[in-house]
Amino acid sequence: MNQSIFTVKENLSINPSVFRMTLEGAAAKGHKPGQFVNFQIDGCYLRRPISVCDSTDTTLTVMYKVVGEGTEKLSKIKSGEKLDILTHLGNGFDVTAECSAPLLIGGGIGCPPLFKLAKELIAVGKKPCVLLGFNDPAEVILADDFKELGVDVTVVTKGFVTQADIFVEGKFDYIYTCGPIPMLKAIYDGSKTSGQYSFEERMGCGFGACMGCSCKTKYGNKRICKDGPVLVKEEIIW
Amino acid sequence: MVNRLQVDFCGLTLDNPIIPASGCFGYGKEFAELYDINMLGSFSFKGTTVEPRFGNPAPRIAETPSGMLNAVGLQNPGIEHVIAHELPEMKKYFNKKVVANISGFAVEEYVKCASLLDKEDCVGILEVNISCPNVHGGGMSFGTNPNSAAEVTKAVKAVTTKPVVIKLTPNVTDIKEMALACEEAGADGISLINTLLGMRIDLKKKKPILANTFGGMSGSAVFPVALRMVYQVASVVKIPIMGMGGVTTAEDVIEMMLAGATAVQIGAANLVNPYVCRDIINELPKVMDKYGIQNLKDIIGGAL
Repeated sequence: MNQSIFTVKENLSINPSVFRMTLEGAAAKGHKPGQFVNFQIDGCYLRRPISVCDSTDTTLTVMYKVVGEGTEKLSKIKSGEKLDILTHLGNGFDVTAECSAPLLIGGGIGCPPLFKLAKELIAVGKKPCVLLGFNDPAEVILADDFKELGVDVTVVTKGFVTQADIFVEGKFDYIYTCGPIPMLKAIYDGSKTSGQYSFEERMGCGFGACMGCSCKTKYGNKRICKDGPVLVKEEIIW
Repeated sequence: MVNRLQVDFCGLTLDNPIIPASGCFGYGKEFAELYDINMLGSFSFKGTTVEPRFGNPAPRIAETPSGMLNAVGLQNPGIEHVIAHELPEMKKYFNKKVVANISGFAVEEYVKCASLLDKEDCVGILEVNISCPNVHGGGMSFGTNPNSAAEVTKAVKAVTTKPVVIKLTPNVTDIKEMALACEEAGADGISLINTLLGMRIDLKKKKPILANTFGGMSGSAVFPVALRMVYQVASVVKIPIMGMGGVTTAEDVIEMMLAGATAVQIGAANLVNPYVCRDIINELPKVMDKYGIQNLKDIIGGAL
């Protein structure tokens, strides 16, 4: 974990409720896909955890949905403003898992961390396919960005991701997923394939100190923020 | 050179009065990765019970104006695991005496934790959290009844040679009565305040945010309440006080000490700024200079 000040380069509305923010700072370096950062926002006591969509050695890109007071305030921040951020939080996805054709399944605002993941999987020679689910066509995000990576992208805006043609045993040999709990559960129940599931929970600190986001797993109690947010399928208890 | 920040608490010399509060600092490990936590006066480790506890279901955290609610529910791996694993691990990065925070749902549970910890050299002070419900006493918190508070104090004192500090809940009619009952029962010190009972409701779901419905409020919003209670207790007891509740800045530390605290615990602020204790310790000399304070120990109870 690092605490440092980032400068907002861009904070754009990409659909009625989702924003994409790009920030510049030295601590951007070294994020794993699936890790998150924790924003201090003026007027909010607790920080706001948001997953990393993409990062370089000097820039950090996050996408967030305006759902409450904190994200509402975040959406008003302008280019050039400075933000205090805790970085490199959580375990992130493990791209070295044994597989060659993983399926990446994102639901709504759970899609962004899969973008950096897809890039890194491609970089280590894997051939990911992407399946994105949204409640409404107007909510679709990142589909074109994934296509630019050269991966096969399926977008579902009606019904469940588990009803998509790509979601058939044999078409993939591993699953990486992030999204709402009912979607994660449907994927878990609908497939025998192993995989990594990224969870969300209300957090106090975001770095393992307060036990605010604990969950039970088959491998013992875990903190979503520190030992997660990514759990392997075999350890999950619903 | 004289250490201007040094204080003595129950015979223990602390390099400074700053002690991260139980439940906001784990066993120190997450913070030891960020800075050398040996700069702290001490820290109070995560509240420990006889049996391992998972605690309450999620959500356990809610935000409040300038503060937060938690309903963690004393998640901890149990006293035997703490002694066998957490304390040996802690000694690798913390070489001072720690404050051991213990909880229980029956007097015997406090006694068992206290007697096991009595043998641990790294424990400098036992901090007895009496905010849990007393299962034998019909679920009323030990800390809301002076007789129960005195009973726990006596029982713990009987099995340990270490200083015993009783941590009081603010959710009582008369905090002075509770503190006096503990002092008369032999407590070596008092720590206060634990969190204030509160709740929030999710407007979209129209239900409580916390799965436990109620939670303990902490954070800077509670500071004035905590300060008042420390002041009230300091005005009636002779034993030293660890003041806590919303302390966030070096100025808050000085206010707490003026109100009667000998040591000052920092809780929720660690969760927002993981470096807050380091920053406060570094800031204290400058703030002392600003207000003409030579040594911190000279100001304890100065406002009384």
